[in-house]
Amino acid sequence: MVADAVTAYAGARPAGSGRREAWSRRLPLLPAVVVVFAVTQVPFVITFIYSLFSWNLFFPNRTHFSGFKNYQAIFGDPLFVTSLVNTVLITVLAVVISLIFGVLIALLLNREIFGRGIVRTLMIAPFLVMPVAAALIWKHFLFDPSTGLIDIALSPLGFKGTYDWVNQLPLVSVITVIVWQWTPFMMLIVLAGLQSQNLEVLEAAKVDGAKAWSTFRYITLPFLRPYLELGGLLGTLFILQTFDVIVFTTGGGGGSGNATTNIPYLLYLIFSQSEDIGQAAAVGIIDVAITILVASFALRTLFSIFHVEARR
Amino acid sequence: MSTISVARVGGRVAGRRVSARRSRSIPWSVLAWLVALIFFFPILWMVLTSLKPAPLAATIPPTITFNPTLGNYQNAISQSNPTFVGYLANSAIATLVSTTLVLLLALPAAYALSIRPIKRSRDALFFFISTRFMPFAAGFFALYELAINLHLIDNILVLVVIYTSMNLPLGVWLLRSFMLEIPPELFEAARLDGANFRSELTRIVLPLIAPGAAATALICVIFAWNEFFYAVNLTGANAGTVPIWLQGWLPTASTPYYLASLSAAATLACLPVVLAGWFAQKRLVRGLTMGAVK
Repeated sequence: MVADAVTAYAGARPAGSGRREAWSRRLPLLPAVVVVFAVTQVPFVITFIYSLFSWNLFFPNRTHFSGFKNYQAIFGDPLFVTSLVNTVLITVLAVVISLIFGVLIALLLNREIFGRGIVRTLMIAPFLVMPVAAALIWKHFLFDPSTGLIDIALSPLGFKGTYDWVNQLPLVSVITVIVWQWTPFMMLIVLAGLQSQNLEVLEAAKVDGAKAWSTFRYITLPFLRPYLELGGLLGTLFILQTFDVIVFTTGGGGGSGNATTNIPYLLYLIFSQSEDIGQAAAVGIIDVAITILVASFALRTLFSIFHVEARR
Repeated sequence: MSTISVARVGGRVAGRRVSARRSRSIPWSVLAWLVALIFFFPILWMVLTSLKPAPLAATIPPTITFNPTLGNYQNAISQSNPTFVGYLANSAIATLVSTTLVLLLALPAAYALSIRPIKRSRDALFFFISTRFMPFAAGFFALYELAINLHLIDNILVLVVIYTSMNLPLGVWLLRSFMLEIPPELFEAARLDGANFRSELTRIVLPLIAPGAAATALICVIFAWNEFFYAVNLTGANAGTVPIWLQGWLPTASTPYYLASLSAAATLACLPVVLAGWFAQKRLVRGLTMGAVK
């Protein structure tokens, strides 16, 4: 492990006088820890406390401690179940599809092709586009029932050219925008993996007469595994929190009410519409619980990749 | 481009010339360009539309030939109230000040986690990264209440503080990964000459990680510039950032030819960060994976 290697390397140095030495080492770290602790951890604890109160901004005088009543109310709310299902659907589908696209495009870009640098530059642009702008571009230029390019492009195929994507297929629309933004991310990670692959092994396989598919299936794919895991897990952590794309593509609804309301959007709804701080805070805490569940896997992967690196 | 590839052989990175047998293939090149153009198309279309005379922005079938005009940009910049410049200034302050603070705080922290490591530096790294992946909802309500009580709602200072803490874990991890690449012998030599923390940092570390620090800064800029949730909930007309300004171009029935203005506004909003990302391309993947993938 890198941490162990680092410790060993530190131990090789002449040690200073015990505690003073330890504090002089810690000192440069302190400001950053204090800032992060004050701006993320303390508010988190306070938000948890809020979630135990019945507290509505419309009725500030009726604020009182209510234990886990907010959580009970949320778990009993059908909209919460809907948004939980939507969160899982959006996240899983977007991550899987963008990973598959990412792998395919990375394989393409790993070949000797003309203008590889330019192709790569064009490919990463969608990831850099502001999510608010991405959603607006898709909604008004591509999904729009009257002027949208998708309908216009499909009209020779017999479509009447007035299909209202955002309202008819809200979930598909939202996932499309997210996949468009995250495919470049996955591609970059997989491409970095492909480029660190040992070419001698691949050539040896070729000399031994292995077919392209079996080389990919039995050599490249297992080699890429940590990269796929990392891309999948980081992507999951970010896409779980999707908010802006949903606001500007469907506004949570799209035709049938709450078809694309996910957990972050639900929190925003409770906060901005009913001003119920207690309940919104409880949704926030549930969101944290879900994230921790996923993040514990992600962190293990991140550390195991450093482990691989230290061994090289 | 020459066909030199880099392969990792036996723990070392070795430059290795792959013979000209792997020549460029035209079918694969065509396919790659096709895919890239499909992905780039929405952006291309946005930029094209922004340059069209407004009445041509939403014709059926779409207009492809036109005399380019910057009129939509003039409209986009002058028509909103407060103007684009105000939002742009807010975004610039929130992004640049928070990124500077991230570098100032993360440099010594990364140093204490790599070059002269504390005990249990792994725990500290774990702490930083776990806060990065906490959902924005985790602390929002407390920050919101605090901002109200301190009369800091719609004050850019709040976003500066939040973006600093949002990007700090990334800064620490990335700078640390660059610092780990400095050969330890350099420090041993410097310490024999009696170098202390400050001279080590300024004379050895900073010059060597300058390119890495620049890439770190650009990636922090990308995240801060595009942030929407805190911006929309904590700012308004005074401290609104560019995403909030862009939100103002949502079409209403009373705005004819809104597509032209919208595409100009969206292009302006995206431009700085797309350029920053293209500029940091080589280290983008490293930055996005906290230094895990090189």
